[in-house]
Amino acid sequence: MPERGRMAGLIRSEGLWLFTRSPAAILAAVVAVLIVAGAALAPWIAPTDPYDLASFSLMDGLLPPAWQDGGNPRFLLGTDDQGRDMLSSILFGARLSLSIAATAMAIALVLGVGLGLAAGYLGGRFDAVVMRIADVQLALPAILTALLIDGIARGVLPRDLHDDLRIAVITLAIALSLWVNFARTARASVFVERNKDYVQAAIMMGQHPVRIMLRHILPNIVGPLLVIATVDLASAILLEATLSFLGVGLPADSPSLGTLIRIGMQFLLSGEWWILWIPTIFLVVLVVAINLLGDFLRDLFNPGQR
Amino acid sequence: MLQVEGLSVRFRHRHGAIMAVEDVSLDVQRGEIHGLVGESGAGKSTIGAAIMGLLPAAGEIASGTLTLGETDLRGLSPAQAHQLRGKRISMIFQDPQTSLNPLMTIEAQLIETIRAHEDISVDAARARAIALLEEIGIANAATRIRAWPHQFSGGMRQRVVIALSLCTGPDLIIADEPTTALDVAVQAQVLDLIQRLARTRGVGFILITHDIGVIAQVADRVTVLRGGRVVEQGPTAQVLGRPRQPYTRALMAAVPPLDQKLDRFRLPQVEGEAPAQTGAAQEAGDWLKAGDDRTAGPALDLSGITVRFQGERQGLFAKPAEFVALDGVSLSIRPGTVMGLVGESGSGKSTLAKVIAALVQPSAGDMRLDRVILPPMRSRARGHPSRRQVQMVFQDPYSSLNSRHRVIDILTEPLWLYGLEPNAARRDRLARSMLALVGLTPDAADRYPHQFSGGQRQRIAVARALLSRPGLLLCDEPTSALDVSIQAQILNLLKDMQGRFGLTTLFISHNLAVVRQMSDDIAVLKDGRLVETGPSEAFFAGPVADYSRDLLAQTPTVRFDQDAIPTGTEV
Repeated sequence: MPERGRMAGLIRSEGLWLFTRSPAAILAAVVAVLIVAGAALAPWIAPTDPYDLASFSLMDGLLPPAWQDGGNPRFLLGTDDQGRDMLSSILFGARLSLSIAATAMAIALVLGVGLGLAAGYLGGRFDAVVMRIADVQLALPAILTALLIDGIARGVLPRDLHDDLRIAVITLAIALSLWVNFARTARASVFVERNKDYVQAAIMMGQHPVRIMLRHILPNIVGPLLVIATVDLASAILLEATLSFLGVGLPADSPSLGTLIRIGMQFLLSGEWWILWIPTIFLVVLVVAINLLGDFLRDLFNPGQR
Repeated sequence: MLQVEGLSVRFRHRHGAIMAVEDVSLDVQRGEIHGLVGESGAGKSTIGAAIMGLLPAAGEIASGTLTLGETDLRGLSPAQAHQLRGKRISMIFQDPQTSLNPLMTIEAQLIETIRAHEDISVDAARARAIALLEEIGIANAATRIRAWPHQFSGGMRQRVVIALSLCTGPDLIIADEPTTALDVAVQAQVLDLIQRLARTRGVGFILITHDIGVIAQVADRVTVLRGGRVVEQGPTAQVLGRPRQPYTRALMAAVPPLDQKLDRFRLPQVEGEAPAQTGAAQEAGDWLKAGDDRTAGPALDLSGITVRFQGERQGLFAKPAEFVALDGVSLSIRPGTVMGLVGESGSGKSTLAKVIAALVQPSAGDMRLDRVILPPMRSRARGHPSRRQVQMVFQDPYSSLNSRHRVIDILTEPLWLYGLEPNAARRDRLARSMLALVGLTPDAADRYPHQFSGGQRQRIAVARALLSRPGLLLCDEPTSALDVSIQAQILNLLKDMQGRFGLTTLFISHNLAVVRQMSDDIAVLKDGRLVETGPSEAFFAGPVADYSRDLLAQTPTVRFDQDAIPTGTEV
């Protein structure tokens, strides 16, 4: 019974109604869901395994997409110089990119919201220290932060260990350049909520500050945080692609979208356009779709801007 | 002059359309004040907006005719309507804080408005503006015209807004709740001004208000609205003197009288709210009484409570000036009685409640609860027993309940927090029973606060306070955000609960009539100082301090004969 009530509530909800009226949001959602599903199911639906060196042959190298002259229906989007199937590479690449981006975003969310909540609620010295650190962080471009962390990791960790930890390093680097957004948004929202009577009532009752922050304030500020999370997911994907493109990200044997684009660069002027353009277009579509969803959420939570 | 015939306004929304105003007819003559009165959702402001041609995008006039003099208001093009607004119809809004541009001087705003409608020189416009300010009672208009809005008090600002609405010489002024944001003393002056302008200038006014007392004071004719329909219409003396409709009578019965203390308000039963005394409420009632064997709450003694806030910094190196919010306030509330605390806005009423509730740190003074020291904010531990004993009902029921929590979670929280009831199932049962006690149906427990009206939310807030099993209840303007009929219900509820469970209560209000209904003793605050304190009835019979006398004299006395108002069943 309560479940049915909740479903009915969802269907009647303002958000879903607005969603059905926004073609851009629907299109973006469909694209995002398709890409995420494709990435998640890559090991099962991809035609070949791009990590398995035995599964492809140099003989199939540089085949154009299936619809072009000389294309092979076995390789829908063509192959690269190694004879790897582009479609499989992209699906596996997206899988890697998305999981790094999502993990980084989650770390940034927990770190940023935690610090922002505490800074906004406690105020005083703690607030000052956290927000100055955030200001410093904000003054450094995200790429620089990521390069810095990657550089430090290279210097500190032995070479083989660093190679093993590459994914962890790049995830951390992205997370550290994204947490500030969450912290600042959370802090600003807490400032608004803190003076509302329901928080005053909780303080008056003598509830524990942690309980007030997590149970009373946090549910009331998730709206703006959700928007930031969506937009930052797109930033995280781009950041990972940039780092991989610059060569500080993931190595060529486990290609993410950025790595695929870097490999494709070599073929930019040689006529094998698909090796560069298909992963690039894929990346653009993914990021635009996520950003459109973010915009939709932002409109939803800011009725004044509708 | 203005004639509205069969006006219906429709608002479209995603599930279809609702009629906000249905078949309303009214007319306003020159020099006449026509009152539109009704509770929230009655369609008062919508009628005003329809006449102005300023309906929101979703709204449209479905039928009816609107004529001002010879002009058909519905037939105007947007450009013509724009010309007409300000020129022939002006508007006065509720909140003078926001209806003036804070970045323009009074002079600039007046001259801009005059010159927007008339092609005259700046100097001529300035002369007209100064004359206007003098007319509405601003002394030294020639110099004060150069002031900024923030340099004027609320009442002065509302006068300036009125001057703005007058400066093009309109035929009709629509005043939408013009005095709701003002203190009583200032309200009386602004109403006088409106009445004088109607008489001397022959301007027609439509006075939109929820306060039937305001209508009784100044309106010549009145239209009582409910749910977008006209309930009753006619000359004020006739409608309020011999109300024919039960709704008008109920509206009048709900106005707290200043000149007598009622045991409780006599109200008709309201749909959707269960009678307070049912079997379901038994458990909560018994539980509240079982707390301890005392029959009355604790005594509260305050002495020398002083609160200083840091004011604005005057210069980069100057020490910020201090603002004294409370200055040596000493008062005592006897066990199990209600102390009414009155004063204008800014007098420190709420600050005092917050000091007792440990939300504001006093800079001096001490508090005792039953002769035991009650520590102030910074030294009151989270687990201090007074955290449970002292509870508060806040002014705004829209922000005092966490909108992301279900009502049951809001209500069981104090039971869990103070360890009053270890068993979760019993906590749940008690909370539901408490809902019945405050007059809500038990199924309210599973809903969220936004699904309730203001009055129902305030009932939930009272239930939450009671579930701490408090001894001292602080009520900070608990009804000022509510419609009169709802106010009367909540006051009845608070009276019942206070009497039944012997709660010591501090009842804060700016409304003397409301305080009279509630309190045994009374304290008057002015600018953070205690002006007078004493038994309530003696105070209303003959206040001692000059300020109290002024306050009483300025409070509009609307006398509706309570006995002559036959109502339905008593709650």
